Amino acid sequence: MSETVRTIRFTLNGETRTAQIEPHWNLVDLLTRLDLFGARESCAQGLCGCCTVIVDGTAVSGCLHLAAFADGATLSTIEDSHGLDAVQQAFIDTGALQCGFCTPGFILMTRQLLAAHPDPDDDTIRHYLAGNLCRCGAYAEIIEAVKLAAKRPKA
Amino acid sequence: MNKIMRHGQVGRSAPRLEAREKATGRAEYVHNLRLPGMLYGKIFRSTIPHGRIRSIDVSAAAAHPGVYRVITAADVAKVVPNPYYGPAFHDQPILAIDKVHHVGEPVAVVLATDPHVAEEAAALIVAQYDELPAVYDEVEAMTSKAVVHDVLKPAGTFPDLKHLQGKTDTNVALDFHLRRGDVAKAFAEADHVFEHTFRTKAVLHLPLEPFVSVAETTGSGLTIHTASQSPSFVRIEIARLLGWPENRVRVKVPYLGGGFGAKLYIKLEALVAALALIVNRPVKIALTMEEQFFTLTKHASTFRIKSAVSKDGKITGRECEVWWNGGAYADIGPRITQKSGFTAPGPYDIDNVTIDSYSLYTNLTPAGALRGFGIPQLVWAYESHADMIARALKLDPLAFRRKNILREGNAQATGTIMRDAAIEAVLEQVSARMDWEKPFARSSGSVKRGRGIAIGFKASISPTTSVAIVNVAADGSATLYCSTVDMGQGSDTANAQIVAEVLSIEAEAVRIVHPDTDVTPYDMATLGSRSLYHMGNAVRLAAQDAKAKLADLAREVGVPEGSNIPIAELFVKKYKMQAGNIIGTASYIPSYVPPEAETGQTPNATPFWMVGGAGAEVEVDTETGHVRVTRLVNVGDVGTLINPRIVATQLSGAAVMQYGFTMQEQIETDGGQITNASFADYKIPSILDIPPMESEAVDAEQHDGPFGAKGVGESGTFAVSPAIANAIDDAVGVRISELPITPEAVYRAIRARNGDPLEDA
Ligand code: FES
Ligand code: FES
Repeated sequence: MSETVRTIRFTLNGETRTAQIEPHWNLVDLLTRLDLFGARESCAQGLCGCCTVIVDGTAVSGCLHLAAFADGATLSTIEDSHGLDAVQQAFIDTGALQCGFCTPGFILMTRQLLAAHPDPDDDTIRHYLAGNLCRCGAYAEIIEAVKLAAKRPKA
Repeated sequence: MNKIMRHGQVGRSAPRLEAREKATGRAEYVHNLRLPGMLYGKIFRSTIPHGRIRSIDVSAAAAHPGVYRVITAADVAKVVPNPYYGPAFHDQPILAIDKVHHVGEPVAVVLATDPHVAEEAAALIVAQYDELPAVYDEVEAMTSKAVVHDVLKPAGTFPDLKHLQGKTDTNVALDFHLRRGDVAKAFAEADHVFEHTFRTKAVLHLPLEPFVSVAETTGSGLTIHTASQSPSFVRIEIARLLGWPENRVRVKVPYLGGGFGAKLYIKLEALVAALALIVNRPVKIALTMEEQFFTLTKHASTFRIKSAVSKDGKITGRECEVWWNGGAYADIGPRITQKSGFTAPGPYDIDNVTIDSYSLYTNLTPAGALRGFGIPQLVWAYESHADMIARALKLDPLAFRRKNILREGNAQATGTIMRDAAIEAVLEQVSARMDWEKPFARSSGSVKRGRGIAIGFKASISPTTSVAIVNVAADGSATLYCSTVDMGQGSDTANAQIVAEVLSIEAEAVRIVHPDTDVTPYDMATLGSRSLYHMGNAVRLAAQDAKAKLADLAREVGVPEGSNIPIAELFVKKYKMQAGNIIGTASYIPSYVPPEAETGQTPNATPFWMVGGAGAEVEVDTETGHVRVTRLVNVGDVGTLINPRIVATQLSGAAVMQYGFTMQEQIETDGGQITNASFADYKIPSILDIPPMESEAVDAEQHDGPFGAKGVGESGTFAVSPAIANAIDDAVGVRISELPITPEAVYRAIRARNGDPLEDA
C-alpha cells in the first residue's frame, strides 16, 4: 500500500463502515472490495447505468464517482435489502431481465423514478431511464415492469 | 411423437429460475471473480494495422512500481511452443509473433496486483514496427497485393478446408460454391434481369459484461473461469495447445452478462492460461468496453445478387456472390461463409441457382458470429432485391413473394427438402398484422409515410452434438448437468421445464449445474440457436432415461406398474434409507450429409430451419432524411413454445439489436484505426431509440424438436433491416443499399433522386 491511502467513513446499506481507499478509486472499486458486485463497471464513461449507486438519496454513476467523495456519505446499492421490493418483483414477473447485467441499475433508477412520479406514463419512463442501457433489448418489458410496480402497493 | 404426456411444465411462462439472483444483484459472473493471490493483466496492443515487429521495449513498464511482470510472445513460447488457435484455422497467436495483423492486436501483457497499475504500466511499453501494405475492403481483398497472412493454416478438422493447407499469396480463407440447375440458360431466356449490390458495415456485439477470463494452476493442471459460450471447445483447444489430455483442463462458466456470439471459441482463455502457467499465480483479464472493439465484430459484407425473372414475376434463376470481411483472423468466418452462405438465394423456390461465397482476411478486427450467423447480412440483400424487382415489375411486394415462396416439401438450393419451415405462415402472419391488403394512409407534406415487409430463414449449423445428465436424488429431487451456457436467453429455465415435463415435477424444483467441464458433459457450444433443439433433445432423452430407470427400480422393489408411490419411497425400499441415485444420460446428434464439394448439393443440409419475418411502417422527413419507425412487427417460426414469455423477449430483444444495426450502429475506421471505440461514439439503442414493436410466434411444430420446439434467439434479427429499407422506398422512392440507414444516407438519396445531389463530404 502506498502513502496515498486514506481512510473514509460512510454508511453503506444502513451500516456504518470504514474503508481504506486509494485516491484514484471510484465507487465500484470500493464496493467490489467490500464484496458487493451489484454495481458493475461496463462502459466506464457514465453512459450505461450498470454501475448505479444511490449516494445521499440520488442515483450516481459509480464509475465516475470517486470513492473519496463517499467520505461521510450514505450509500445504498441493490444489495440493501434481503427480500424483494415491488420493483424487483415486477422485473421478475414481466421478464424484464435477460442476462441481468443491467438489471440492478434499472431497478435502482426505477425506485427513484417511482418516488418522483408514482404513476408515470410511457414517455416519463423512457426519459427517466434513458441513461440506462440494456444490450439484451429488454426495454419493452422494463417499461411494463415499471408500470406494474407503480400499480402494486409498496413493499 | 414428442407431444406426449403434457404435465403443464412445457408451454408455461415460468419466471426464469435465476430471476431473483439477477434482480438482487447477486447472480454470479466471472466479472465478479477474485481469487487469492490473483494478478490482473492489462494488454498492450498494436497501434498499426499491418507490420513486422521490429522491437518491443518493456523496460519502463517492468520497472514501474507495483508491476509484477511483463509478458511477450517470447515468454508464451516457453509454455506453449505452438501458440496458434482458432476453430477453423490455427491462425491466431496468443500474443503477436513477428507480425501484427490489425490495430488492437495483443502484443504484450503487464501483470500487477492492482489493475490500475497494470494499465498505467502498459502505456509505457514501446513497440516499433516496419509497416506493411494493408487491405480493409472485402472485395479488394480478393485481388489485393496486400496479403494478410504469409501462409494459410486450416485447423484440419474440417474436410472442406483441407485444400487451403499451406496456401500462400491469398486472402481467401474459404470459398464455397453451390450450383443447381442451369443458370446461364435461365438468364438467356429471362424476360427481365435484375442485378444489385448490397453492403453492410462492421458492427459489434458489445455485451455489457465485456470479455473476461481467469486462469489458475491447480495440482492436476489448470482451471479456467471464463465468460464463454463454448466451455467444451475451450477445454479441448487449451488441452491441444498444451499437449495435455482434456481432463487436466477444467473450464467453469457461471452466468454471462450477454454473449450474442462474441464469447465463443478462444478469446482471452489461451492468454490467461499461458500467463497463469508462466507466473504460477491466478491471472484475470477483464477487457474494457473499448477493448471489445479490438476483439470481435460482425462481418462487414458485400453481396451481388442477380435474378432472372419472367414477365409474370416468377424468379427463374439467381446468381449470388457474397464477400465476407473476416478481419485479421478467421475465427468462425469460414463456417458462416458456407453454412449460412447456402441460404443466400433466400426462402424462394428457384430452380437455377449459383452461389459463390468467400471468406476474406483483411487487416481489421477479426469478425465472427453475431446473432444470426451471417443471415441478417444475406436477408438484407435478398429482401431489398425482392422489393426492387416487385417495384420494377409493378407487382405488390406481398404478391411477388407469395408467387415465389419456398413451400413445405419443395427443395431448397442445396436440394434439401423443406420440412417444418413455416415460411408461408410467417409471411402471411406478418402481412395480416400489417393489414397489408387494406389501404395505407400516406401523407402529404414533407414527412412521408411508407411500409415494407421482409422474410428470412436460416439453417441450423450441423452436425453438432450435445450431451446431458439428469440425476434423480434419493428424495426425488432432480439435477440437470449440461454445458449449455445461460447468457440471458433463458436456457436454464427451458431445460428445467423439459426435465420437469418428463419427470412430472415442477420446473422450479429442477436444479441446473452450470457448465464445469469436470462435471458437466460435452456440448458443442451455445450458438446459432442450436441449444434448445440439440441440448433440449439430449435433456429430454436423459430425463426419459432416468424415468425408465425409475420404472426399473419400481419393478425391482415390487411396486406395481402405474402406482403413484413417491420416488423417495422407491429408494428407501431398495437402499433401506435415503441413499443412492438414478442417473439418466443421453447424447444427441442429428443426421447430416455434407454437401458435394463442387455443387454444394446435399439431401440433408440441416436438422431444422428457422424463419423470421418483419413488417415496418416509417415516416421519412424529406427535408432532413430522418426516419422514424412508427411500427415494427416481428414474427418467427420457433416450433412449439416451451416458455412463451421468454420466447417473446427473445424475439423482441433480437429485433431491438438488429434495429440498432439497421439505424445507428457502425464501426468507423480510418486507415485501419477505429475512430469510435466507445459508447460515447458508437451508440447502441437506448430505451428512447426503440420503435413500438409487436413480436409473436406462428403456430408451428418442429416434429423432431423436444416437445416440438426449436431455437429462437436469432429469428427476430433476420428481416428487420430490409423491412425498414423497403418501407423507406415505399415512402420516398429511394433505395438504400448499405447498412446502417443513416439520415445522411437517406437525405443524399433523396437529393440524388431529385436530380440535385449533395457534394461528397
Ligand atoms: S459503467 Fe458507469 S455508467 Fe457505464
Ligand atoms: S438484461 Fe442483458 S443487458 Fe439488460
